[in-house]
Amino acid sequence: MSPENGSNLLESDAANVSFKETELTLGMPGESRGLTLVEKASGKRGFLETVDLNLGRSSNVDYDRNKDSGESETDVSSVAKPPAAKSQVVGWPPVRAYRKNAMKSCKYVKVAVDGAPYLRKVDLEMYNSYQQLLNALEDLFSCFSFTIRNYLTERKITDQEVNNSGVEYVPTYEDRDGDWMMLGDVPWKMFVESCKRLRLMKSSEATGLAPRTASKCSSSS
Amino acid sequence: MNYFPDEVLEHIFDFVTSQRDRNSVSQVCKPWYKIESSCRQKVFVGNCYAISPERVIERFPGLKSIFLKGKPHFADFNLVPHDWGGFVYPWIEAFARNNVGLEELKLKRMIISDECLELISRSFPNFKSLVLVSCEGFTTDGLAAIASNCRFLRELDLQENDVEDHRGHWLSCIPDTCTSLVSLNFACLKGDVNLAALERLVARSPNLRSLRLNHAVPLDILQKILMRAPHLVDLGVGSYVHDPDSETYNKLVTAIRRCKSVKSLSGFLDVAPHCLSAFHLICPRLTSLNLSYAPGIHGTELVKLIRHCRKLQRLWILDCIGDEGLEVVASTCKDLQEIRVFPSDPFVGNAAVTEVGLVALSRGCPKLQSILYFCQQMTNAALITVAKNCPNFTRFRLCILDPTKPDAVTNQPLDEGFGAIVHSCKGLRRLSMSGQLTDQVFLYIGMYAEQLEMLSIAFAGDTDKGMQYLLNGCKKLRKLEIRDCPFGNAALLMDVGKYETMRSLWMSSCEITLGGCKSLAKKMPRLNVEIINDNDQMEVSADDRQKVEKMYLYRTLAGQRKDAPEFVWTL
Repeated sequence: MSPENGSNLLESDAANVSFKETELTLGMPGESRGLTLVEKASGKRGFLETVDLNLGRSSNVDYDRNKDSGESETDVSSVAKPPAAKSQVVGWPPVRAYRKNAMKSCKYVKVAVDGAPYLRKVDLEMYNSYQQLLNALEDLFSCFSFTIRNYLTERKITDQEVNNSGVEYVPTYEDRDGDWMMLGDVPWKMFVESCKRLRLMKSSEATGLAPRTASKCSSSS
Repeated sequence: MNYFPDEVLEHIFDFVTSQRDRNSVSQVCKPWYKIESSCRQKVFVGNCYAISPERVIERFPGLKSIFLKGKPHFADFNLVPHDWGGFVYPWIEAFARNNVGLEELKLKRMIISDECLELISRSFPNFKSLVLVSCEGFTTDGLAAIASNCRFLRELDLQENDVEDHRGHWLSCIPDTCTSLVSLNFACLKGDVNLAALERLVARSPNLRSLRLNHAVPLDILQKILMRAPHLVDLGVGSYVHDPDSETYNKLVTAIRRCKSVKSLSGFLDVAPHCLSAFHLICPRLTSLNLSYAPGIHGTELVKLIRHCRKLQRLWILDCIGDEGLEVVASTCKDLQEIRVFPSDPFVGNAAVTEVGLVALSRGCPKLQSILYFCQQMTNAALITVAKNCPNFTRFRLCILDPTKPDAVTNQPLDEGFGAIVHSCKGLRRLSMSGQLTDQVFLYIGMYAEQLEMLSIAFAGDTDKGMQYLLNGCKKLRKLEIRDCPFGNAALLMDVGKYETMRSLWMSSCEITLGGCKSLAKKMPRLNVEIINDNDQMEVSADDRQKVEKMYLYRTLAGQRKDAPEFVWTL
């Protein structure tokens, strides 16, 4: 499932970002990413170590997915069930939930949509790709019917713009230097680190920002 | 026996401050019991379900200050369901009803609601101090009530609580007339605060000595606050991200220079590490440094900072300091008494420190008394060396990220290493172990750990004998928590009377059965034996032979508690 024109966008130097993250799939966000999600969330390459308990109880080994991680629990466990797979034990290491959450570094940013009377906030740490984030944004502002231009894949995320005013938005963000950038140019993790807030700009206003050709996009990576 | 009038005894007892000593005093004779009880102002209740509030009020009519603990310790690690219990409301309601002149309230691992906070703020006109540690159930609205109504508020200290942030202006609710603030800690709040109100508050609080900010307080505000509060003794920096060339930074350096009293530093929740040199001015005076929430400080910046901290007594740090970093600590901080090394990545099993760092610390810091150490591996040799170098440990907690890992060099269990620790550290009161451990280590503990009060065990032991050695040996044991160990009914029921000399026992994922627990409950009516059945593992009519996943028992004078949720059965 590789959209050809978008596939070269993310030949980035960030070692831990794969093309797969921004690949548009038909599934629900997060699905079929299985253990990959676990690695990404932890930011480490190493696997979790098996705890061989030999107590004859399967209930000892559980999946300590932090509740706020937003990852699909069933996906992880269904992938990791075979005994050879590495797993994490509930309550180990004995670190307070508060500390675990703090180290997880919640990354809440404000989201403004041109024309909407109020802003929302999203936790960027809850997502693993631009695709997931854009989907979540559409959900968040679902009372406004609009679409978000996704320059990663050069096609619209949803096709529901048939009868509405066809208002199209361009996702932009303000980075640490105070500059307004378009989503998708930098690897996801880099984006999470540098994003201070999001703004969905009306396409009509986003002149000069939004190339319609793939070549311009790829040149900015 | 008494030739002194009561007032004289009262006056003498005033000098006895520790609760343990006062408990001893009260047991000397009936008159002393009466006098001591009538004038005791500060009470500590280690288990809120061990006694009813009414009894406490009745015995201590002079009660002004209370410290209550709720959930069992393992609740910290998600082993106890959230709504298990530990509600403080009945206590506050009883205090209010009985006109207790409450001034100070400290809670740990309890559930406190906004209504409760409001009740506190309205019921106790002299209320001065609220300290909440690892609590939940409240929002910033509750804080607003405390802020608005407690006119003599001296201390509001929120440590690691789970607070729902409604982004209200709770801080601005503190009236302009309130100038009594001494300590304010809101580092755990996730939301914004009214920065102008914060500045004004600091400006009108001449007694402010402790201030811990959350991440929403930016650098320029920090600088202004420090200018207004040069007498601070304890500072928690929130956000520390800025441009080192900016004017704000220069102003900050000036402000820090004025703070000649800061002895304790923490925070740096967001940090640009290359600008830490401003704090090098403060470091030489520091006795306490907590960088355990500052993953952004590591490498050379961290080491540079540590090298300035020659007077440090307490250090909380992340394992990204590495063994080499710990060597720097060992060579710099000769007065170190307490160190905690936390894992910087608690979700994955990789820690950046090993036994090497621990040995270095023991060599360089002979005054070490208290350690919490999350590490990648350990060896018996290292533990034996540490035991020799530091016989003064009172608290020793070692957590190897792989909980059943043997000696990294010899592949033997770590029995000998921990055995050496308990043998050498005659004053050891708290011990927490990990790694591959057999019954042998429990034999050692039972034999040598005479002062041991609290023991935490996980994935250890071979047979019931392990637990039996413990129960037989450790005369001063108060809290025992066990998970994933092969201890069964024979161990549990060996000495049922022992549990009345202890505060509590936790056993999860062990070999005890429903029948064993029932038997225990029957023999010991003054124990609450709770089965926590949160995963619907057992049915009411379950077979007695079924294993119990989670059991928590504690001595109590209050009988079965009435607020237990459905999944908690008191046998």
